[in-house]
Amino acid sequence: MPSIKEHTLRISASTEELEKIRRFVADHARKFGFGEADISDITLCVDEACTNIIKHAYQWKKGKPIHIQLAMKGNEMLVTIIDEGKPFDPDSYQVPTLEEQLSRKNRSGYGILLIRKLMDHVEYLNRKSRNEIRMTKKR
Amino acid sequence: MSKFEIRKRTQSEVTILDIYGELDAHTAPILENELKQLIEKKYVHIVVNGSGLEYISSAGLGVFMAYIEDIRSQNGDIKIANLKPKVFNVFDLLGFPTLYDIVDNEEEALTRFK
Repeated sequence: MPSIKEHTLRISASTEELEKIRRFVADHARKFGFGEADISDITLCVDEACTNIIKHAYQWKKGKPIHIQLAMKGNEMLVTIIDEGKPFDPDSYQVPTLEEQLSRKNRSGYGILLIRKLMDHVEYLNRKSRNEIRMTKKR
Repeated sequence: MSKFEIRKRTQSEVTILDIYGELDAHTAPILENELKQLIEKKYVHIVVNGSGLEYISSAGLGVFMAYIEDIRSQNGDIKIANLKPKVFNVFDLLGFPTLYDIVDNEEEALTRFK
């Protein structure tokens, strides 16, 4: 069994915390040995996932919990983000096209698209009142 | 907390916004308010100089998306210049270069308004 290093950040759902989240993720990704391009990608994806939780799962209600766990297994980083808000249904997600979004003045949906493009794997789990996003990136 | 700042200049009829720091869901309203005010005043020839922009998420990109149609309907445009490679990469991933003028430097952006 390879050794597993885990780190956890518990914050309350607020955009004020995004900078702290990014710093936490970037610092640990760097310690895990990722290059700068991968660090930027992972950091952006965690920001996007947390922003979606703040906006959609908690609908801007402050003080709700978000847990971010980082684990390195072999050459892969596993990011788990847990919230207790409204669950996200990935089957209902439609990839936005820029032309359509512009004409509708709609700016939603790009965070998930970035996560899909930049991470190696992403899955959404819903257990009772707890939502989990699990994302992985290989070093 | 994320830091973001806008400094404003004008050259002929073009408004140049020098943007600094991190543009995320927390700081996006600062850029949004600036663009709203420019549109209200009909200052719709806008260059965004991103040489000081260290980070952008989709919330920041969303601000550009939300106002570009209003600006173009008034015969204006937003030209984006001097992006750092890691910031340009986010614009590129979402296909922005096909619909927005994203150029290497401010001089080129200004030329596109002539």
